[in-house]
Amino acid sequence: MIDRTTERTPGFATLAIHAGAQPDPTTGARATPIYQTTSYVFEDVDHAASLFGLQTFGNIYTRVGNPTTAVLEERVAALEGGTAGLATASGHAAQVVAFHCLMQPGDEFVASRKLYGGSINQFNHAFKNFGWNVNWADPDDMSSFEKAITPKTKAIFTESIANPGGVVCDIEAMSLLAKKAHVPLIVDNTLATPYLWTPIEQGADIVIHSLTKFLGGHGNSIGGMVVDAGTFDWSRDDRYPMLSKPRPEYHGIVMHETFGNFAFAVACRALALRDIGPALSPFNSFLILTGIETLPLRIRRHCDNALAVAQWLSGHKKIAWVSYPGLPGDRYHKLARKYVPKGAGSVFTFGLKGGYDAGIKLVSNVKLFSHLANIGDTRSLIIHPASTTHRQLTDEQKVASGAGPDVVRLSIGIEDKDDIIADLEQALA
Amino acid sequence: MSHDSYADQYIRGILNSVKTIAVVGVSPNTIRPSYFAFKYLLERGYRMIPVNPGHAGRELLGQTVYAKLADIPEPIDMVDVFRSSEHALGIVQEAFALKPLPKVIWMQLGVRNDEAARLAEANGIKVVMNRCPKIEYGRLSSEIAWMGVNTRTISAKKAPLPTRGIQRLSLDRPTLSGGATGAATRAQSKTGS
Ligand SMILES: Cc1ncc(COP(=O)(O)O)c(C=O)c1O
Repeated sequence: MIDRTTERTPGFATLAIHAGAQPDPTTGARATPIYQTTSYVFEDVDHAASLFGLQTFGNIYTRVGNPTTAVLEERVAALEGGTAGLATASGHAAQVVAFHCLMQPGDEFVASRKLYGGSINQFNHAFKNFGWNVNWADPDDMSSFEKAITPKTKAIFTESIANPGGVVCDIEAMSLLAKKAHVPLIVDNTLATPYLWTPIEQGADIVIHSLTKFLGGHGNSIGGMVVDAGTFDWSRDDRYPMLSKPRPEYHGIVMHETFGNFAFAVACRALALRDIGPALSPFNSFLILTGIETLPLRIRRHCDNALAVAQWLSGHKKIAWVSYPGLPGDRYHKLARKYVPKGAGSVFTFGLKGGYDAGIKLVSNVKLFSHLANIGDTRSLIIHPASTTHRQLTDEQKVASGAGPDVVRLSIGIEDKDDIIADLEQALA
Repeated sequence: MSHDSYADQYIRGILNSVKTIAVVGVSPNTIRPSYFAFKYLLERGYRMIPVNPGHAGRELLGQTVYAKLADIPEPIDMVDVFRSSEHALGIVQEAFALKPLPKVIWMQLGVRNDEAARLAEANGIKVVMNRCPKIEYGRLSSEIAWMGVNTRTISAKKAPLPTRGIQRLSLDRPTLSGGATGAATRAQSKTGS
């Protein structure tokens, strides 16, 4: 038998197009087919038993796995340099699924206080109801993380580049703390994407994505992903029973012993996705996969445009400040040069000298920017958090969460940068 | 040869050529990794022979269990070692007494014994260590990708259709390898089925 295998490491752009996908073995279809099915016939009773027992690889029911979604899972895992991926219905669902496999009621985790506002809510309220208790720490002060770690701490959570943008976290330093405490480091890599940053290289054990943003990239699908780095030793002690103990919900299987360095991804699928249920639609998987094919091209353009817009804004007389780590002189510029030398992403905030009213006026006047609550679209997006997402907070709370009355958040798209700047110029006039 | 990493074509060549596999240390407990691997490879059409002195004479998935390699009354192509590293040398020595010699000694994920490997290779036997044939079969056929696992292979060629079964993919798939990625290196560090 001739084996035509060649040994080579494909580059990022090649993986973005090919990882996980192959011509359909039956039809030869080259694009990944949308397997829009709830379920899959068994060969016989024995095959069914093997599938339900996790003894063989295959599909049973789309809540637990789907061939289109599987291509997406492998694609993102390959781009992040992980061992396996698990797709979910949203980025928020990915966080529920990942924490479900780590936490028991009464356990704690430490999280950076500079996070997407929705994650702050999720941790403060929804997670508290599960008995999962968050301790907040300041990513600009590593000692605050160290102080927040207790014997009940089961994980450390941060965003690589934090939404609403501008904050670059020192993942290497956090990883050292996590290793010292023998807990996994979870990094939400949504704003950076693996094109700009692969946190597994600096010691992240689990990577989370909202695929809704740059990976899908076209503002058409909500989705999420958990990537298993395969690095964490779940069996070192008894603190991660979902991984290291016989699971009664899976007739006694021990996940880590059985699935080795992709055990966390399998636990997320078999113990969390199966029982909690937030599966991604195969149609969304298809759209997100198509988006990922152009990720390197898009992100380069997003970053070029964002830098140009940030530079232009910082020279504008009505602008008080611009928080974009791609700008020399920004407080996170040094970390940005270290971790994201290819570009600092395209989501950032700036302050208007005219305060709240100037913010309202700007979002009302733009004609090319879309005024909405999302990021990571081909289109340029704008939001004034104080009058929208953060409206219900007190003024002090608004300022503390980076959503003061003067703050505007942009997600710069991939239109012509002159048109983006011209729109801001006319709207600020 | 180096046993820190293996080319996909080396592993695929072995899995494509061996037909009879004796699994030393296989467990009849249906939730043990060794049982998973045994059952999976049996379903993929390999002639699987269980070796476990504690269960000799009984059957495992319809296959007679033998106490030791020497008791197996037919030629075997590959010995899969599901015992801890320190037992590997003894098993290789037992394998030398077989006529004809097996072509491959395969030590499971987490099992590595360089002395045993040198001895086997000096006698013309191919060696794989610290790998699971089920995972490698699943990876190179890409069946394991249904679990979201990164196969570290890519291909623009249509794989041949397997001749039997459903939800099966062919091992004989021309692929480009993901090569020695971080994930490939980490794959060697833990236990697994
Ligand atoms: C950094 C970050 N993480 C997670 C999420 C939540 O993702 P989703 O909206 O897909 O649930 C978002 C959404 O805005 C985000 O920006």
